[in-house]
Amino acid sequence: MEDIIRVEDLTHTYSAGTPFCRNAVEHMDLSIRRGEFLGVIGHTGSGKSTLIQHLNGLLKPTEGRILLDGKDIWAEPKQIRSVRFRVGLVFQYPEYQLFEETVYKDIAFGPTNMGLSRAEVDARVRAAARFAGLSEALLDKSPFALSGGQKRRVAIAGVIAMEPEVLVLDEPTAGLDPQGREELLAHIRAYHKERGNTVVLVSHSMEEIARNVDRIVVLAHARVLMEGTPRAVFARGAELMQAGLDVPQVTRVAMALRDRGLAIDPAVYTVEELAAALLALRKGGAAC
Amino acid sequence: MADMIRTEDLTFTYPGGEDTEPTLALGGVTLTIERGSFVVVLGHNGSGKSTLAKTFNAVLLPSGGAVWVDGMDTKDEALLLEVRRRVGMVFQNPDNQIVANVVEEDVAFAPENLGVATEEIRRRVDAALGDVGMEEFMLHAPHLLSGGQKQRVAIAGVIAMEPECIVLDEATAMLDPIGRREVLEAIERLHREKNITVVLITHHMNEAEHADRVLVMNDGKLVMDGTPRAVFARAEELMAIGLAVPDTVALLRALRAGGMDVPADAVTVDECADIICREFAERGR
Repeated sequence: MEDIIRVEDLTHTYSAGTPFCRNAVEHMDLSIRRGEFLGVIGHTGSGKSTLIQHLNGLLKPTEGRILLDGKDIWAEPKQIRSVRFRVGLVFQYPEYQLFEETVYKDIAFGPTNMGLSRAEVDARVRAAARFAGLSEALLDKSPFALSGGQKRRVAIAGVIAMEPEVLVLDEPTAGLDPQGREELLAHIRAYHKERGNTVVLVSHSMEEIARNVDRIVVLAHARVLMEGTPRAVFARGAELMQAGLDVPQVTRVAMALRDRGLAIDPAVYTVEELAAALLALRKGGAAC
Repeated sequence: MADMIRTEDLTFTYPGGEDTEPTLALGGVTLTIERGSFVVVLGHNGSGKSTLAKTFNAVLLPSGGAVWVDGMDTKDEALLLEVRRRVGMVFQNPDNQIVANVVEEDVAFAPENLGVATEEIRRRVDAALGDVGMEEFMLHAPHLLSGGQKQRVAIAGVIAMEPECIVLDEATAMLDPIGRREVLEAIERLHREKNITVVLITHHMNEAEHADRVLVMNDGKLVMDGTPRAVFARAEELMAIGLAVPDTVALLRALRAGGMDVPADAVTVDECADIICREFAERGR
């Protein structure tokens, strides 16, 4: 698969020249492949937010380059606006950024700024609302009259309406209840599947990452600690825990069973897989 | 007096606005929170769990029925201060609860308002910050702390009032896994060492492993009340009301479905591994 974004030797220094000078990202190399569903995990302070703000040019590298389709996004600084249309960023708690009178106007804000025709804006607003699971009836409501989960979906629809080639979501399910979380992720999965666009999901929840993405990048201490399929990454559970990250609860059960002498593949990370592995072992007559 | 908090047929209705109907958030809740217990309240968004929590220290007053804190009716305005002194509350967003520019001043805010003497405030602030493991940040600026640290400062601020009960309303929802662990460890220590009654409102099922009792709210009503194991054994009912079960329970259920004879009520990873090993061992014999 070809790369849509390449991060080359990226370093970002905050407050350079002051006593608070700190590298939030250090010599990071990373590729995002066209059409993939990529998960980014890392604890607070690992450099996740700094990294993703470089992807659409909100932050400028202190060192290194960001290539979009092979082209340095800062080659022509005046064109950076077009990068923001191609790489859509949904921040944490995006519902705090809603401001329009109606849900419709809020979703239409981005595409209108892109200079699209009214008819095109209208089509995009309706399609984006559908992807985010918002009914037509909600479009005329004030966004402030909606529930927290609905507000968040309005904010996400506003970015989807720009039809970015890469959709980056920073902790989109934070603070939602289990049902709200699953609903939102189902909408994002459907969007990814139907559009085939690249999606980057930043999350603290290993369970969430494990269930949704094709590939994971793990950040720790401003660098890439690991990357690979969920299976390959969760197989290194002990290292993840050392880096202050959680592993899925199921992986911890698998690790505990290995400690007790059961020959379980440490790379299982879903309930279904571990159950199947255990049932197979039991058939084979294994014991603790 | 074993009861810290008692409610009887408690109802609460949010008043309607110009275009909105009044909303019944609590539809008759009767329960008792025992002194010294650790109770987790689960429920999806809109189930009434936060509304319930806010009636526990008179942030909200009952529309119908009653709430007693340490035997005091929360509707009695003369007792308001006494009620709030016994039950402290920590909210979801750490940034909305910090009032001062320096950590120690923030923690001192409530006891100052209660008219506590200066030396006593000093003693309480030091002790409270120690209780939550934040003593080294005493002179720091709160806005530069991490989410977990901010919430621990908020908890210290509540502890400095020396309450008998702490209610945490989704206090870990906005935190990362490390911040969540820090806050839960601080809460568990307060419960264990100071015997403070804890009411933890959450939708993180895994947090229920810390509880002696789990209450489940749905549609403004109390629908389950039992030990974590007893509640999670009712997986179908939980899923029917939009809650998930911990993956340990889901795993054991899948094993049962596959013909293994295991109970499906483990809440912690170790319990779950032990149950599975026991089954393997019994078969091997």
